[in-house]
Amino acid sequence: MSVQQPPVADPAPAPVPVPVETDKGTPRRTGRLRLTVRRFARNRLALFGLAVLVLLFLAAYVGPLLTKWDYKTHDFLNFMSGPTADHWWGTTQGGIDLFALTMRGLQKSLVIGLLVGVISTFLSATVGAFSAYFGGWVDRVLMWIVDLLLVMPAFLIVAVMSPLFRGSSWLVFVALLAAFSWMITGRVVRSMTFTLKDREFVKAAKYMGVPAPVIIFRHILPNMASMLIIDAVIQAGAAVIGESGLSYFGFGVQPPDVSLGTVIADNTNMAATYPWLFFFPAGCLVLIGVSIAFIGDGLRDALDPNAAHAKARAPRKKARTARTSRKDLKEGAAS
Amino acid sequence: MGRYLLRRLANYLVLVVVAASLTYFLAGLSLNPRLKFEGRNPPVPEATITKTLDDYNMNPDTPVVVRFAHWAGDIAHGDLGRTIDGDSVNDDFGRRVGVSTRLLLLATLIGSVLGVAIGALGAIKQYRFFDRFSTLASFFVLAMPVFVIGVALKIGATALNDGTQTIKVLGEYDSQYAGQWGLDALVNRAQHMLLPALTLILVQVALYSRYQRSTMLDVLGSDFLRTARAKGLRRRAALVKHGLRTAILPVVPLLVYNIVLLFTGATFTEKTFGWHGMGELLVDSITKQDVNSVAAVGLFTAVLVLIAGLLSDLLYAALDPRVRVR
Repeated sequence: MSVQQPPVADPAPAPVPVPVETDKGTPRRTGRLRLTVRRFARNRLALFGLAVLVLLFLAAYVGPLLTKWDYKTHDFLNFMSGPTADHWWGTTQGGIDLFALTMRGLQKSLVIGLLVGVISTFLSATVGAFSAYFGGWVDRVLMWIVDLLLVMPAFLIVAVMSPLFRGSSWLVFVALLAAFSWMITGRVVRSMTFTLKDREFVKAAKYMGVPAPVIIFRHILPNMASMLIIDAVIQAGAAVIGESGLSYFGFGVQPPDVSLGTVIADNTNMAATYPWLFFFPAGCLVLIGVSIAFIGDGLRDALDPNAAHAKARAPRKKARTARTSRKDLKEGAAS
Repeated sequence: MGRYLLRRLANYLVLVVVAASLTYFLAGLSLNPRLKFEGRNPPVPEATITKTLDDYNMNPDTPVVVRFAHWAGDIAHGDLGRTIDGDSVNDDFGRRVGVSTRLLLLATLIGSVLGVAIGALGAIKQYRFFDRFSTLASFFVLAMPVFVIGVALKIGATALNDGTQTIKVLGEYDSQYAGQWGLDALVNRAQHMLLPALTLILVQVALYSRYQRSTMLDVLGSDFLRTARAKGLRRRAALVKHGLRTAILPVVPLLVYNIVLLFTGATFTEKTFGWHGMGELLVDSITKQDVNSVAAVGLFTAVLVLIAGLLSDLLYAALDPRVRVR
């Protein structure tokens, strides 16, 4: 990945050089951020994805204000009505306005995705970097935990633990989702840290007496920022899908709260006769997934132009191939 | 190579034991089998419930460590314990593995071949219509949770059926064909198989083709492929023998892991289409508070990961001469 290219980036965490008053004639230096934004904007699918995601966020938080129904009110005059001027997306069996309900679910799904993406990337960065930086038994213990978490069936474990968080907040569910999604990236961060920790700027900091955590968070991790950003986006997408799957079976978000998964689950048995009950919430879910995938792809191209997709995903080293592929197993396993 | 494999195996075995034990403890602590018997009509006497739970080694009042010791002792004798309905978990497993195998065999075969083919073709025709279309399509499929695909197919099939029963949406076969393997029964099974198999194929094709495309793109720019052409090989021969053969290698572990883990991983497909396989058990055992089955599924999955790991190592060595030399 991007480690090898000697980047313009100085080790300090401020990769955006402030354009100091440029003399006429000398070409103005393009900042990294500006460059990334420009590259991203060139990718039409990525822009489309970003637009869709922004619209979804807007809809989720502004949409409920536009309709007079809310997700808890039963309209006793309209059960299972089709989309009408009054109920834009129809009503459920209990007479709840599907639009209001879906928007409420959309809020939760989006927030969960966002949180899990950020938390799991933070976890993988921290664990991976500490593991490689300290090496020795720290490394061995942490990597053994990674192995163990990969062997344990995540879906089963989270589902089994669902009775434990039934009464408590959905944030526990977020923590569990994150706890089972950081391992592969943790490995990648670890191997990138191995190459970084022998670089001069790290050594210099070390010999100046900078404490290890500061070196890791100020000098090592910012150097793989692009990878981490991309990973957070991808993890967010995976989390939205994973969350909906668990909630679909009743193992995820619990009743007073709703997420897209529970909205779909509550209405699938009637899906064949009343398709809109399925297609509206499922459509929102698919839109989240697709838009995040497009954004992730665009970000990868923009931040990491030298890394072919293949290199970023399937390292050639034999020892790592088997492990890397477990990520896909985690993604693909729950069919 | 042998020693390396042995070390991997030993490490994996320890992991499997720890993972299975952890699963048991989690399940034993968080599930409450008593709920299954309480609230029945007519009510079951408290003493009977306790007796039954004790018989099944599921009584939540027994310390979990004691239950675990009992369970582990049985496992050592190859006995997975009893389900919450009083059947043997072993028998239940046997039946369900059969169901899952029948569902997965054809679907994985078609899925992996198609996925690899479409991915490779997409790379060869990069940025042409076929490539753009297949990439976009796989993006959409991968962005959909499997249950959404399944339910959408179900809705589509109901519309296509138009009142008839040509495409069946539920179960493995109709009850009158139970245990039969005549032509009628096979046709009936095929009618049932169509939708779940299609679901699994779609997901697998989307996943594998994305990977195959990117590894193939990597290989297409390589020197040895140019050399192969330069020595006079036809384009097609060079692409298949030198290109695809190399590009398929990194995809092999992915294929192996996915296919092996589908045994318990086809949860959504099996639930949506009512197939009583392993994936269904994964969900049902939890909703039924069936501690022993949950633990058995956990153990089974961990063993599957182990098998997949070893299998992918072996296959990799078999396919890649460079590994064998080392």
